[in-house]
Amino acid sequence: MAKLIVDGTEIDVPPEYTLLQACEAAGAEIPRFCFHERLSIAGNCRMCLVEVKGSPKPVASCAWAVKDCRPGPNGEPPVVNTKTAMVKKAREGVMEFLLINHPLDCPICDQGGECDLQDQAMAYGVDSSRYEENKRAVEDKYIGPLVKTFMTRCIQCTRCIRFASEVAGVPELGAIGRGEDMEITTYLEHAMTSELQGNVIDLCPVGALTSKPYAFQARPWELIKTESVDVMDAVGSNIRVDTRGREVLRVLPRLNEDINEEWISDKTRFIWDGLRTQRLDQPYVRERGKLRPATWNEAFAAIAKKVKGVKPEKIGAIVGDLASVEEVFALKDLIEKLGSPHIDCRQDGVQIDPSLGRAGYIFNATIAGIDEADSIMIVGSNPRREAPILNARIRKRWRAGGVKIGVIGERANLTYDYEYLGTGPESLANFKPGRDKTKKPLWIIGQGALARKDGTSVLAAFMKAAISAGALSDGWNGISMLHTAASRVGALDVGAVPGEGGMTVEEMAKKDALGVLFLLGADEIEVEKGAFAVYIGTHGDRGAHRADVILPGAAYTEKSGIYVNTEGRPQLANRAAFPPGDAREDWAILRALSEQLEAKLGYDSLAELRRAMMQKHPHLGKIGQIERADASALEKIAKLAGNVDKTAFASPITEFYLTNPIARASAVMAECAALAAQRPLQAAE
Amino acid sequence: MLADKDRIFQNLYGLHDWGLKGARERGAWDGTKAILEKGRDWIINEMKASGLRGRGGAGFPTGMKWSFMPKEYKDGRPGYLVVNADESEPGTCKDREIMRHDPHLLIEGCLIAGFAMGASAGYIYIRGEYVRERERLQAAIDQAYDAKLIGQKNIHGYPFELYVHHGAGAYICGEETALLESLEGKKGMPRLKPPFPANVGLYGCPTTVNNVESIAVAPDILRRGAAWFAGFGRPNNFGTKLFCISGHVNKPCNVEEAMSIPFRELIETHAGGIRGGWDNLLAVIPGGSSVPVVPAHQIIDCPMDFDALKDLKSGLGTAAVIVMDKSTDIVNAIARISYFYKHESCGQCTPCREGTGWMWRVLTRMVEGRAQKREIDQLLEVAGQVEGHTICALGDAAAWPVQGLIRHFRGEIEKRIDQYAANPHSEPVRMAAE
Repeated sequence: MAKLIVDGTEIDVPPEYTLLQACEAAGAEIPRFCFHERLSIAGNCRMCLVEVKGSPKPVASCAWAVKDCRPGPNGEPPVVNTKTAMVKKAREGVMEFLLINHPLDCPICDQGGECDLQDQAMAYGVDSSRYEENKRAVEDKYIGPLVKTFMTRCIQCTRCIRFASEVAGVPELGAIGRGEDMEITTYLEHAMTSELQGNVIDLCPVGALTSKPYAFQARPWELIKTESVDVMDAVGSNIRVDTRGREVLRVLPRLNEDINEEWISDKTRFIWDGLRTQRLDQPYVRERGKLRPATWNEAFAAIAKKVKGVKPEKIGAIVGDLASVEEVFALKDLIEKLGSPHIDCRQDGVQIDPSLGRAGYIFNATIAGIDEADSIMIVGSNPRREAPILNARIRKRWRAGGVKIGVIGERANLTYDYEYLGTGPESLANFKPGRDKTKKPLWIIGQGALARKDGTSVLAAFMKAAISAGALSDGWNGISMLHTAASRVGALDVGAVPGEGGMTVEEMAKKDALGVLFLLGADEIEVEKGAFAVYIGTHGDRGAHRADVILPGAAYTEKSGIYVNTEGRPQLANRAAFPPGDAREDWAILRALSEQLEAKLGYDSLAELRRAMMQKHPHLGKIGQIERADASALEKIAKLAGNVDKTAFASPITEFYLTNPIARASAVMAECAALAAQRPLQAAE
Repeated sequence: MLADKDRIFQNLYGLHDWGLKGARERGAWDGTKAILEKGRDWIINEMKASGLRGRGGAGFPTGMKWSFMPKEYKDGRPGYLVVNADESEPGTCKDREIMRHDPHLLIEGCLIAGFAMGASAGYIYIRGEYVRERERLQAAIDQAYDAKLIGQKNIHGYPFELYVHHGAGAYICGEETALLESLEGKKGMPRLKPPFPANVGLYGCPTTVNNVESIAVAPDILRRGAAWFAGFGRPNNFGTKLFCISGHVNKPCNVEEAMSIPFRELIETHAGGIRGGWDNLLAVIPGGSSVPVVPAHQIIDCPMDFDALKDLKSGLGTAAVIVMDKSTDIVNAIARISYFYKHESCGQCTPCREGTGWMWRVLTRMVEGRAQKREIDQLLEVAGQVEGHTICALGDAAAWPVQGLIRHFRGEIEKRIDQYAANPHSEPVRMAAE
């Protein structure tokens, strides 16, 4: 620890702290533009200048380490002042320079109200400008369908450049020109290809990079902010949903060091226009082959009639990817009450058996644990498409150095270097831990390796290889499964898998396999003819097209629900808006329906439902915490080894932007997907 | 006047053979091995004793700079010597003459300096516009390799590689850390210091960046002894120095002279006096475009060295003496310099990026007098806001000429403003008599 006097108070800080950190530790506020905790230090905005006693010039506190300060002549601790006239003048000077070429078009700028430049000009600037020359104008650049540019506003802090090259791992943004002609752009104004590019909007301290879909939609002070959880992938990024009236206007990240730090993927951020289009806002009943609008009672009556006409074992239910745990629990309850064992949440057909133990299907190492791993093996997964935030975490670990990364499966550009070890199960079977065994190996298996006939054997082979590599030791469990569906871990936790003699998704979807099939937002499977399909969901997607009765449900922003992420961490999504029209929250639909089916569920409110659920599954009540799973399950699974075929692993996600019904309803996502589809063609030119 | 025998650069004007044979006749590569055999410490101490201050402008003692390099390279990182031949300061043209007429002095200096700091390789970063100079320097290096003077197995017993890197013509790449960035293939933008290059320099390895002249004089200092070199000039400003005299003198020239030579003697002896006589002298920029201008009465009898010029609130810089007689439009001259810095600012730091353009625009108006008198103080304040607030010294270099102008020629600016205010037209009004 090093002693330092900041504004007269002596503090003790680690010597590798920067002066900016030290000053903040001492309670002094330091303005900044270019500095960002998660990016490298540029030191170019000069806003954070402080006075260091003994130095004739003010010092950029973001770039000056405490250990670089010289002690006084008699060994007194270095003195830093943040409130002297020199500092005030330096800040005013920098502020004035920043503003001379800034357009001051705050009234028409989307950043207005949440602009660092605006705020800091208020706090550290002077009241008027002395600049009488013409202002510089910069041409706006096209950098893709998500980020809108207004480059005259740019203050060249280079945060976006550093984000793109450091965190996102696609060095697409750069600065051309020099001096006052310096401009930020992509090469030849190509669209950015990163799936994390939306974060530059948050990073931009001014209104140079703003959200294109959100352009001119609202002012930040008009919006109601609701803290929630994302369901686009199984990472469970923490988000803030901003609404005005009943419409979601934007989605922003929320800080959670254990999960998404402060980034979110583009799908998470720009999905919101999909929440408005293609919505199911009233029940429908199919009559003479055509869906017609109906009342809730008509719809329920139609279902009741059908259910009473079939035997219990001809009733089944498939849980989709966006369902919260509560509705899965209620659906399983209902199906059991109806006397059927047929319920399955594994829409993609992955071979996971939750009865073997929870450790067998969660990301045991935890996302924060990636930072500790000293070697990483990725099997049958393309984390960049399946969980971009988690991939950014792996990249962060890779950038820190001292980690070896191996991949078995798809050979994709993951934004970091890795050793390619093979395409499929045989590479996994042939894996031999080398002599350079590491202490904390992280083994990640993706759904692509399990959604196949030999999935159980692949998982067993994976466990065996991982255990032999030392991924399971005292104090370290690096055997981790990466899910792609937000609902999956929660549904597995409440046991939404076929009971004794129950059918799997694949069997249920077969022609005439069932009499009545409930689809809880299940849109990723093709249900063949035969069964009377009851679709409970939000969008007119595949499930609704197949349905005989549609019961309109609530999307993830329209209900309070618990989602368990791939780590096994239950998180609470809050209601930010109301479902459209006659749509209702899914658990309430199931509760009302149960009464009509004479299988009444024993809870009248969400709180009662949760109480019942938590009684059965206490860990779901520990919001935000991970219940460590018993690792003995992993050894059990490892013994299940069987025959594997030689087909290569493939990622379940081929189109990153179109993985769920909300995304498929979004025009923004469609545009992104179209651009992404063109990209290989461009590369071939 | 410096005696011919005391001149280090004996082929400064290219009258003799630049090649190895000619250089050897003039004494280059003589006893180099013996110098190296005296050891690193001896060389560095001798350099310190000679009092040589860096010739690139800042005047940092060269021997001390060399001593900052690690004594031993334990962590596997090699050390590098980088020679800054990106001579772009307006008015300066000394390194160019060394490289095209006496390149072997530089090459020998590189070997000795490289040895003294334990560097395994040297890089000479040469200015983009110096095409012929690069060719000549490369040819000389090839000669040195062929004669086994440098390289892996050379006759001096110290393996040392030397490379020439051709820049792309950016002034900012003459800043030592921007030069390193550029050498690494990145955009030439100065790095934050600390860490200093002696700890983390080229490719993250300990590096020392020296000016061409500082390196090229080293062999002669070591051959003739520190006491000889320290025999010229005033204390703290020892040695001989190349002066680049340009502007309104009768015979502009490059000349090697003893430090601390009075300005009048320098001009009279070598440049044939001021155009139109001493009474016609207006002002002098004594050290390249970045140092403040000094008016005639202050400079005439001033010794040309670091400390004396510093006392005049100017500097010796690169000793590029730009002489301006009374025909000079001094405001326009400084406005042009201001434009240069606006053009060459890398754009990294806010004050320099925005401030250089601001200063240039205001000055451009002041050339015509199209300004308010209060703007003079405002300009001075803006210059103060740029100076010392940036990562590198380009911000200072842009501010100093402006400060010098206002300090000494405020009256001239005010006069123009008055004239313009009396006759506020962009076109001069024709007088009836014309």
